[in-house]
Amino acid sequence: MRARPVAGILLRQFYLIRGSPVRALPMFAWVAIDIVVWGFITRYLNLMSAGRFNYVPSLLGAVLLWDFFTRIMQGVSTAFLEDVWSRNFLNLFATPLTTPEYIAGLVITSIGTSTIGLIVMLVLATSVFGLSFFSLGLMLIPFLLVLFAFGIALGILASALVLRLGPASEWLVWPLPALLSPFVGVFYPLSTLPRWMQDVGHLLPPAYVFQGMRGILAGHALPAGELAFGAGLAVFYVLLAGYFFTRVFRYALRTGLLARYSAESVS
Amino acid sequence: MTVAPDTLSRQAPYSPEEAEDRDVVLRIADLRKQYPEIVAVDGVSFEVRRREVVGLLGPNGAGKTTTINMMLGVLSPTSGGIWIAGVDLAQHRARALARANFAAVYAALPGNLTVEQNLKFFGLLYGVAHLAERTDALIEQFDLKALRDTKCGVLSSGEQTRVALAKAVLNHPQLLLLDEPTASLDPSAAQTVRARIRSLATEGDCGILWTSHNMYEVEEVCDRVLFLSHGRILLEGDPRRLPAEHGAATLEELFIRLAREPLAETLERTV
Repeated sequence: MRARPVAGILLRQFYLIRGSPVRALPMFAWVAIDIVVWGFITRYLNLMSAGRFNYVPSLLGAVLLWDFFTRIMQGVSTAFLEDVWSRNFLNLFATPLTTPEYIAGLVITSIGTSTIGLIVMLVLATSVFGLSFFSLGLMLIPFLLVLFAFGIALGILASALVLRLGPASEWLVWPLPALLSPFVGVFYPLSTLPRWMQDVGHLLPPAYVFQGMRGILAGHALPAGELAFGAGLAVFYVLLAGYFFTRVFRYALRTGLLARYSAESVS
Repeated sequence: MTVAPDTLSRQAPYSPEEAEDRDVVLRIADLRKQYPEIVAVDGVSFEVRRREVVGLLGPNGAGKTTTINMMLGVLSPTSGGIWIAGVDLAQHRARALARANFAAVYAALPGNLTVEQNLKFFGLLYGVAHLAERTDALIEQFDLKALRDTKCGVLSSGEQTRVALAKAVLNHPQLLLLDEPTASLDPSAAQTVRARIRSLATEGDCGILWTSHNMYEVEEVCDRVLFLSHGRILLEGDPRRLPAEHGAATLEELFIRLAREPLAETLERTV
């Protein structure tokens, strides 16, 4: 993999974000609104429970982690969709750019945009609503990494689906995180779910993150084994998504889909 | 009409050894693209040499854009080979594409980037050395100074064509593919573009494959033309001599005659 083509993809995204408030705003505005809304909900719930239970870490912490995951997935797919919206596939893939270099560019873009979102969320949640995430210290890192890896996998999968099914399938990929959320137990233990939903949940890495996080907040030790399994699953999904994207790309080359994305959509 | 056998294109495949000929910047060998319902390109073989402008002509649906898409690596052939400056596109895609570039009327550069941003973005993708200097030089060369910070989406057709051509020569390509580069230009702008492209071939030391429906500009610019119909090359020769050789008054008349004649009839006469 060569650095310059990857830098090209990054530079292009940087130009787009720098030149357009419409692109810059969503990186932090929606997550900030989420934190504010859920922050006040947790305050209200704390008031109602008269101090018997602190909802801030369990609810607001879960919202923060889930938003982080969603932003990563959307960071990858939005960067990809920029090329769909500007009908740029022909120009892009007629260059020496390889598929791994392109995906690497999308992933690094997402790291940048989601990190900005994460910082905004942490600052707001900590300073305004008293979420003490930093007390978890280094334990927070493996949780974020698992979510990060699975977000990347889902973003690559979403991009592959749009490439395969056409630009109109964009609407299909945005709700993917929402589709998964009931199964991973963002706000409740997996045991709350019916058996079949639990089985699906066990196949999804975020389930191990939220389960583990709740355990730590309840005073248990870091569930290293379960988290390692979740991390393994996430890495497996990244590889699977990369493989799927490559297969779809080859299909697009074979059938003319890639060329048609630009050429025939304007003729 | 009669098609002289000696003007027919070579349909036999070229060996990879031949692709090492340093003067040949594009070698297409027995290229074929078959879809479930149709054969879009049917055993096409030809080559483009350094400092040569070759016109790829043919009616709509003849297979020109399909052929160009295969050369650009965005469409894989069913069979056959493509060598760009001696590099096998199927085996070494990135290396081969680094030696080529293109401009096409239907592939506008991202409209949400400025002229300079587009050149820098594609410069990195092509691995252009000394990119800042190269970008400055092209902005100067293609009269884009006043448009440097203008988003490409708001440029006129002529301006967009100039930017597309600047992008197309960013990496000093050995092979330049131009798919109807003057299609949306007024006659004056088209003449300027033609002159510029002609000089790219002679001074830039590259070979150019050019598609156009404007027979006047084909005669003016091209050293040689290939006439494609139903995915096959029917004629090949000097655009200034071909009409007389085939009993037509002009290249346009010859084009219309070939385009309207059923393929079987033409092929029958060539046997």
